Amino acid sequence: MADSKHGIGGLKYDTSKRHWPNEANVFIALILIVLVFEGLGLFTQGNSFLFDSKGRFDSIFNEQRLKIIILQVSIVGIIAIGVTQVIILGGIDLSSGSIVGATAMIAMSFAQVAEVNGSPNPKAIFLEQGWVDLPLIIPLIIGLFCGIIAGGINGLLIAYTRIPPFIATLGMMVTGRGVAKWWSKGRPISFPTEDFTLIGNGFGGWMPVVIFISLAILFFLILKFTVYGKHTYAIGSNEEAARMSGIDVNRHKVLVYTIAGILAALAALVLSSKNLTAQSGMGVMYELDAIAMTVIGGVSLSGGRGSIFGTVLGSLIFGVIISGFTFLRLDAYYQEMVKGIIIVGAVVLDQWRQRRVASRA
Amino acid sequence: MNDVILETHDLTKHYGGVFALEAADFTLQKGEHVAVMGDNGAGKSTFVRQITGVEQPTRGKIIFDQQEVSFDGPLAAREAGIETVFQTLALADDLDVPDNLFLGREMLKLKLGPFSILDYKGMRDATLRGLEKTGVKIPNIKNTIRNMSGGQRQCVAIARTATFHSKLTIMDEPTAALGVQETAQVENIIRTLKENGEPLILVSHNMRQVFDLVDRIVVFRRGRIVANLKKEETDGQDVVAYITGAKTDPAYELKEDD
Ligand SMILES: Nc1ncnc2c1ncn2[C@@H]1O[C@H](COP(=O)(O)OP(=O)(O)OP(=O)(O)O)[C@@H](O)[C@H]1O
Ligand SMILES: [Mg+2]
Repeated sequence: MADSKHGIGGLKYDTSKRHWPNEANVFIALILIVLVFEGLGLFTQGNSFLFDSKGRFDSIFNEQRLKIIILQVSIVGIIAIGVTQVIILGGIDLSSGSIVGATAMIAMSFAQVAEVNGSPNPKAIFLEQGWVDLPLIIPLIIGLFCGIIAGGINGLLIAYTRIPPFIATLGMMVTGRGVAKWWSKGRPISFPTEDFTLIGNGFGGWMPVVIFISLAILFFLILKFTVYGKHTYAIGSNEEAARMSGIDVNRHKVLVYTIAGILAALAALVLSSKNLTAQSGMGVMYELDAIAMTVIGGVSLSGGRGSIFGTVLGSLIFGVIISGFTFLRLDAYYQEMVKGIIIVGAVVLDQWRQRRVASRA
Repeated sequence: MNDVILETHDLTKHYGGVFALEAADFTLQKGEHVAVMGDNGAGKSTFVRQITGVEQPTRGKIIFDQQEVSFDGPLAAREAGIETVFQTLALADDLDVPDNLFLGREMLKLKLGPFSILDYKGMRDATLRGLEKTGVKIPNIKNTIRNMSGGQRQCVAIARTATFHSKLTIMDEPTAALGVQETAQVENIIRTLKENGEPLILVSHNMRQVFDLVDRIVVFRRGRIVANLKKEETDGQDVVAYITGAKTDPAYELKEDD
């Protein structure tokens, strides 16, 4: 109804005059990093990072390498979707990696086949109870339930006891890993049902990517177009204002941490299915990788700013760097060091941006 | 009796050992504009926070629109018809103007609990209408609050109360950070409220403004109401005497057993 160019009463409403989105910077960084690896590869090894070195026209891109990057990134990316929401809320979640470990163990033990090569499955811990060859829905629901419990406890602690998120989720990180070890008693669990293996191997092995991208799109839209998203940003930018505006801040926090827990549990299902096994050490350090993807993607650790789209770009940068190092045949411990530097660098950049904005106001 | 919109009896708030508000008896008639004055820390904002459900009073009664009320949160007060400009403004820095105006009471396209879909266009149009009604000029409503000046932020907070129909408006130092023009603009908004017969509680340190705008002045000192003055029966010097404690209204003299 209103002339949206000028708005009612001659007030300016100019859609074209939008801020240069932060995501654009992240995208440029992604391209630069790819170019650097491409250059380094050509110089040091006479080998291309991106393109098939044999120069065949039917497969221009080096599909094998890209697939490894993308699969590596997708599973941690699922976690990062939840971590992004927690960070926008002004919190942090250190427990995701342990939730992955515990959920993988528990869900996998309900996804066992009865027999392996004609003899009883040695890994099925519920063989006596007859809980084998269960339909896919059982381990699926049990796994997601693990995420709801762990994330819900995080949220309740943070919202109602006022424990800082860092401490509350650190507690869950230790406890969750303990649960995983207690459940496994040192034995990995393998031999999942065929249906269960599809979660991580369907679509010709691309299932983790399909799940990651679908969830990224879903939560991108939710954050942008729903009350849930608006309140997440509002609490992250000014919790007191959100409370005074009548938002039930505590309930919302529980909801966000629970969703983060569910996403970590989902990552656990995908990962254990893809690897056809679960062990108690699964997902160690994933929480830091997920946080790294998020901050690299321009999500501000002080809350209120960032998007899932940024995190997806951040996850690509993350994947490119990891595979780039492998491609250049640098040792794995360099990767760890560089990861640390990148996280700190991204946070410094964010602080710097913030100070620049503040001084302009 | 039926002309009273707000009444408090023995309204009291203690923060641990701090007696921020003590036994406040306050009455506001329909259509009346009252100023609340007092030095820094006198308990003015505390009084506002008890009425608007931001905090729960230690004891006392609040009667709003003929009913005893006990708001369990700011949203409840707002739904009952009390719109407030808080001293802290209560704006979310990373959201734009329509988002802030409708924070906590968003217009919806589709109701799905927490995942209800926002009606961005509806909120944008209502925002423009609200800004037009109040005469508040903001260069671009898509700007986030973070990128606005102190005065513009204050205008947004005031536009928020003016956009919604209310039975009572409360403004806690609405012109504290404003320039001359913006202050005049806010005072015009207040005059419009008066013309429409909408009651107002105005917390202000600005003597000129208070005498220009309101019908009655209530003075707070160290958590207590110490004076209740009709504008015609007082002057600036008199009010200052009450604020500083040089004078106390006999009706509000401390009883011995307090
Ligand atoms: N949350 C709180 N906890 C403890 N003490 C508080 C709290 N809020 C306010 N106070 C104290 O209550 C007293 C009254 O504060 P209040 O903010 O109501 O003053 P005010 O009259 O609004 O002052 P100003 O003009 O500076 O805004 C002050 O002594 C203040 O320190
Ligand atoms: Mg105050």
